[in-house]
Amino acid sequence: MTTPLLSVRGLRVRLGGADVLRGVDLEVAPGECLAVVGESGAGKSVLARTLLGLTRRDGAGVAADVFDIAGRDARRLPERAWRALRGADVSLVLQDALQSLDPLRTIGAEVGETLAVRGVPRAERRSRVLDALDAAGLPLGGPARVEADARLRQRPAQLSGGMRQRALIASAVVGGARLIVADEPTTALDATTAVRVLGLLGRLRDEGTGLVLITHDLSAVARVADRIAVIDGGRIVEHGSAEQVLHAPAHPVTRALLAAAPTGPKPTAAAPGEPVIEATGLVRRYPGPSGAFAAVDGVDVSVRRGEVLGVVGESGSGKTTLARLLTGLERPDAGEVHRAEGARMRLVPQDPLGSFDPRHTVERILRLARRGAAPSPAALLERVGLDPAAVLRRRPASLSGGQRQRVAIARALAADPDVLVCDEPVSALDVTTQSGILDLLLDLQRTEGLTIVFISHDLAVVRRVSDRVAVMRHGVVVEEGGTESVFGDPQHAFTRDLVAAALG
Amino acid sequence: MAADAARILRRLGPGGVVAALGLAAILLAVVAPGVLAPGDPLAIAPTEAFSPPSWAHPFGTDESGRDLFTRVVHGAAASAGIGLAATGIGIGAGLVLGFAGALGPRWLDAAIARVVEVLFALPTLVMALLLVAVIGPGTQASVIAIGAATAPGYARILRARVRGVVRSDYVAYARHEGVGPVAVFARHIAPNTLWPLVATATLGVGQAIVWVSALSFLGLGALPPSPEWGAMLNAGRVYIGTAWWMTVLPGLAIVATATVLTVLGRRASGAGSAGS
Repeated sequence: MTTPLLSVRGLRVRLGGADVLRGVDLEVAPGECLAVVGESGAGKSVLARTLLGLTRRDGAGVAADVFDIAGRDARRLPERAWRALRGADVSLVLQDALQSLDPLRTIGAEVGETLAVRGVPRAERRSRVLDALDAAGLPLGGPARVEADARLRQRPAQLSGGMRQRALIASAVVGGARLIVADEPTTALDATTAVRVLGLLGRLRDEGTGLVLITHDLSAVARVADRIAVIDGGRIVEHGSAEQVLHAPAHPVTRALLAAAPTGPKPTAAAPGEPVIEATGLVRRYPGPSGAFAAVDGVDVSVRRGEVLGVVGESGSGKTTLARLLTGLERPDAGEVHRAEGARMRLVPQDPLGSFDPRHTVERILRLARRGAAPSPAALLERVGLDPAAVLRRRPASLSGGQRQRVAIARALAADPDVLVCDEPVSALDVTTQSGILDLLLDLQRTEGLTIVFISHDLAVVRRVSDRVAVMRHGVVVEEGGTESVFGDPQHAFTRDLVAAALG
Repeated sequence: MAADAARILRRLGPGGVVAALGLAAILLAVVAPGVLAPGDPLAIAPTEAFSPPSWAHPFGTDESGRDLFTRVVHGAAASAGIGLAATGIGIGAGLVLGFAGALGPRWLDAAIARVVEVLFALPTLVMALLLVAVIGPGTQASVIAIGAATAPGYARILRARVRGVVRSDYVAYARHEGVGPVAVFARHIAPNTLWPLVATATLGVGQAIVWVSALSFLGLGALPPSPEWGAMLNAGRVYIGTAWWMTVLPGLAIVATATVLTVLGRRASGAGSAGS
């Protein structure tokens, strides 16, 4: 048996007067992927940062019975020794590639940083950076690497979300680290990109890298993990092979996580009514670096009363622009949106925090949003599963992501709308919160006959709530139809890829 | 009530409490100078001229034997009042220009922006000197001059802030909800731009007092023997070698007032960002 890359026993972390981790045992061998799964607040990110020796700087108290990294006892390591360890033996891939990359630095400088701080000569750095980018699956223009120079000079803003994530992975492997800790590496990515990134992580594992994959996304876990540890309240509550944990979960927390993951079709599809929104020939162009670029390029879509229309597609396919056009937040450059007489529409925006006045309390936000015979702010909060006493007097900035999302839905409901347009309403939430919001939306559709346009890059989520789906790509709807017929028998090649990536 | 007081105290911190007490003393001097210094600021007593600070004359006396403490206390109304009035004029003009620029038609915005940029090319005090040269010296003239000279700064801050708020997602969302332009202005734009300005204005009052005093020091503002701090500095300048207290102590009053307002202004801006 080879020495494990990581061996942790009885790891305890105290942060800000609270026990975040209370006795965690982990072991990762070379060429093995251990997934750590749990809800938000279970201590996942603190675990990731502790494995990199980063929490002590945050003022955390770290104690462990065993804490070996690559055969070295890391319990008493001074900060200087940790710095030598990070990048060379263990490295971290963060969740948010956009915020983890310096917007002003080139990819070459960013990825080469680990080498630069180790004093690797510039000439050698370049070839190692290129090897790392290659390993991370960033195209360099074929074996001759004809595009290498252009790639090294690019800045994060010139890369797509998936490419940025791959650049982060490249900077994690460039130093030759044999243990990689990845904290939610695919959460912000759409299904096809996520699959590519997971495939890359799987390949690194096959080449002998040890992987700790920290996530709340069980479909990601099922794809690459050899073993799964379920964390709850700072403890590992269940630990076993991926097969065993996913198919025969023993602990109630594991079962709840599995049950909350959106799977399967919508229970009962709604009978379609008459159209409430009919959009024809919608075009919306934005000025781009190389002339105007059409975010939405000739879309015809109709929404019928009482149905949930799902809109899916990769990031950048024009979904959000379509939502803004349908709700009238933006005017189309061509085409028109016809709304049924007197139909009231409300948007649940992608970033709810920005859409709340920072000076207003939740109560004021809801009071100002009320129209007609809408219930009181307190009743609205109860409707979306929030405790009015705990939330009414607070300002949006002090709420958690899930609470903000619920308040955004409550605000939309305060107008007693006929149509709700939800733009990625659950993408930022962990599976249990996600499942609560999806249930709420389905319940609103069933009990109040609400019409919903549901926009998401997550096919499993869309499948669970939608009666019909429209698949978007490059600003065009490539396929449209009943949810199960589209997902069960996709006609367009792009839809087939998307379905294979997400549900396959 | 007690809990509110405790919360305010905690937010102020020890430095803020001292500053708040200082502000209370200054306000008392402005409103009722007789309470702190019952004497007459203009009463002369030639036999006591140039006495150094003592129990009878805490700040000493000037060349005519006038009690400097009484003069500093009674001068608060002139100096602080002038500072407040000047800031008021500056903010008033800045509000009009800022809101007009940010919310008005594009040609108006461009016109205002050009004017503000030209005015910005001149330092505030040079602008004020220019205006005093046109209007002629005196208290009123110095107030108007300082006010007009600070207006471009306020206009620029406000315009940038208003444009940021107008473009924000929450204003877009309010429009999506069908809220009219006047209500959007009253609910979202005005509160989110004016509250941050309060903090800036508090800082501005301290600055304006210094500038008004500077104009008086140059003999362009309040005229002697009126007990204005800058004018007192100017009067004492001649005797600085023999009677240091005539310049140092009124000068300290200016510094103390500006410091108190700056400290409180910073606390207010901190509270403003915490609340937002």
